[in-house]
Amino acid sequence: MNSLLKLSAALLLAALALPAQATIRVLATTPEWAELTRDLGGEKVDVYAATSAFQDVHRVDAKPSLVSRARNADLVVAAGAELEIGWLPVLLRESGNARIQPGNPGYFEADANLRLLEVPTAVDRSMGDVHPLGNPHAHLDPRNVATVAAALTARLSALDAANAAYYQGRGSEFQSRWQSAIVRWEQQAAPLKGLPVVVIHRDQVYLCHWLGLQEVAAIEPKPGVPPSSSYLAELVTRLTAAPPKMILRNAYNDPKAADWLSERIHVPVVILPYSVGGTPAAHDLFALFDDTVARLLGAAK
Amino acid sequence: MIRYKAIGVLRLLALSVLAVAPARASELSELRAELDAVKSAYQAQLGALEVRVAQLEVQLAAAKSAPASSAPASSVAAEVQAPAAAMAPSPSGGGGGQNAFNPAVSVILGGRYAQLSEDPADYRIGGFMPAGDELGPGPRGFTLGESELTLAANVDPYFFANLTTAITGDNSISVEEAYVKTIALPSGLSLKAGRFFSGLGYVNEIHSHAWDFVDQPLVYQAMFGGQLAQDGAQLKWVAPTDLFVELGAETGNGKQFPRTRLAGNGLNGGALLAHVGNDIGDSTSWRAGVSWLSARAEGRSFSDVTAGGAPIEDGFSGDSRTWVLDGILKWSPHGNATVHSLKLQAEYLQRSEDGQLAATISQLTLAAPFRSRQSGWYLQGVYQFLPRWRVGARYDALDSGTPYIGLLHSGALPAGSFPGLAPATPSRVSLMFDWNPSEFTRLRAQYAWDDARPDNRDRQLLLQYLYSIGAHGAHKF
Repeated sequence: MNSLLKLSAALLLAALALPAQATIRVLATTPEWAELTRDLGGEKVDVYAATSAFQDVHRVDAKPSLVSRARNADLVVAAGAELEIGWLPVLLRESGNARIQPGNPGYFEADANLRLLEVPTAVDRSMGDVHPLGNPHAHLDPRNVATVAAALTARLSALDAANAAYYQGRGSEFQSRWQSAIVRWEQQAAPLKGLPVVVIHRDQVYLCHWLGLQEVAAIEPKPGVPPSSSYLAELVTRLTAAPPKMILRNAYNDPKAADWLSERIHVPVVILPYSVGGTPAAHDLFALFDDTVARLLGAAK
Repeated sequence: MIRYKAIGVLRLLALSVLAVAPARASELSELRAELDAVKSAYQAQLGALEVRVAQLEVQLAAAKSAPASSAPASSVAAEVQAPAAAMAPSPSGGGGGQNAFNPAVSVILGGRYAQLSEDPADYRIGGFMPAGDELGPGPRGFTLGESELTLAANVDPYFFANLTTAITGDNSISVEEAYVKTIALPSGLSLKAGRFFSGLGYVNEIHSHAWDFVDQPLVYQAMFGGQLAQDGAQLKWVAPTDLFVELGAETGNGKQFPRTRLAGNGLNGGALLAHVGNDIGDSTSWRAGVSWLSARAEGRSFSDVTAGGAPIEDGFSGDSRTWVLDGILKWSPHGNATVHSLKLQAEYLQRSEDGQLAATISQLTLAAPFRSRQSGWYLQGVYQFLPRWRVGARYDALDSGTPYIGLLHSGALPAGSFPGLAPATPSRVSLMFDWNPSEFTRLRAQYAWDDARPDNRDRQLLLQYLYSIGAHGAHKF
């Protein structure tokens, strides 16, 4: 026992004596906010994404590798609005890291800067997996990305005041590129306006809202609740009578339900990247929207 | 406003410079904090302005280049809002006023039906001293299980507090956990104090509603009477490495088997824990650990009946040391556990006890040295084969070893005086099947062939429901 104690004491001292890191270490919960942090922070940040575009961020384990990343993070960038409620609170508590606790400069929630859609007036679990603070999947409206980028630039500058000018510079450069990209996407996507689409989960709401796509049905009858066979039958009847233009599916969704419906109502399924890395083409934030718009346009032809 | 704040800060700065001698570190840090606040508020507003400038530029350009198609550009400005106070934490749900500070409340309701081939009243684990009265599969027929009520919230910027009470079917309330945990210690350290489940092993810390089987592994029942709780304190440290390394030390008053509370003012022993974990690719993650529990027992008593039919009261006093090795591996395709997932879990426990065994037969008490080395392990796997369906299998095995009982060696008592300590190798096989219509409901069926008793096999069919209401729980790995 003595040698064990000595070993842990030695390790402890070694840890306390570690020099401060030159870069801001960031743990981002989702790939899109990880990519945005990389865009804004450049070489001054070291970003780790807790999840990939193939994971459902509602259901993630507070796994050991994430506890150690949280332990070492100077900044946690989360989507917020309780999207990560099943695992992020555990990570924060297990991390032993005071810097990243909510309320501290080291904790950033993207959605806290946005006006969210679908904020329920009353919540009850009989309504499915509803989010009391509103729909948290806000990044698929690029105008929200711009707002979050401004807030994140401010946060990086505050955390690392010595490099504030660097972050401001990168932030301005990003904003101007992003705003022209938005104009480009909106012009390209103009023909999509008003097209009827079917979604799986309500995580394409912001995309539909932005591009004016008309969400006529969701395969999940309620958020997080898989469809029953009677609900699907009713959906087929309804959608055969008034067929949508396409069925939207995210890269991380199980393909079964969308494919099943597609066969019945003879409407194509469009696989959307949802986040950075969701498709081979969506390798960064700009490419995410390039690819999303291109795939939608391809299916609309 | 910013200018006024800045002037205020400057004035404070000037004052502090004038009063150099009595300036204390706390004042300095307050000043610094205020300066930082001003700075960040300024930067947030600057960022917001930049967004607006960028938007206006884009709109201007769009209006110039295509005056006819100004619709998309105008929508840019319509939807973007200035970032709210950038440092503000996310708003929490709930009503305003005092209620906004109510802790997160969650309730688990559980119940089950048991069909057992053997009478649960005579349940015992062969060769092991009874570790409490909650051993075995529980009563026959329908039983209301534990209703678990949890209240949790941050106390202040320094502590998180959690209370978990269990209301049992027989109308008693017990405190399962009631602890505070620090959230503001530096360097990966955290301190927990109060009553909490010991961090040793893997399954010990997990609350019953989150178990993958209806009951605890046999080895945990034999060694700790189910779950080892500490009334004491735990210090944990997470290493500053990408590889997850966590070291911990615990101590407590020893109120629970295999320890007893000691007569003095001191604590009774403690535990040391070490866990390591990481990912293998993007689909697999694992954690492995080793823990050590050392404590004393004074007059840890149990009743037995000798081979001759006479009641005998036994008491063990001495040192008890337990090693735990644990490992868990979780797999799901690309880390997405929506459709398929696999969880493999195994633990090995070994205990050595060294001391005196006292026996009281018809008011005559004898005592002599006693030594034992006992061990046990389990291996279980749970596979999610469809989005809401899981199957699982578990194998439990124990080895009581052959204890050295001085009272038998010296001939003071005849062979057969301690039938409960006769060498045995209990085992159990369990199969589990559960359906989870939502994250908050679990319906489970389990069948087990339980050879814990030395004589008869108990065939157990257990049906269980678990419902969770209130705040969304966050589970550990």
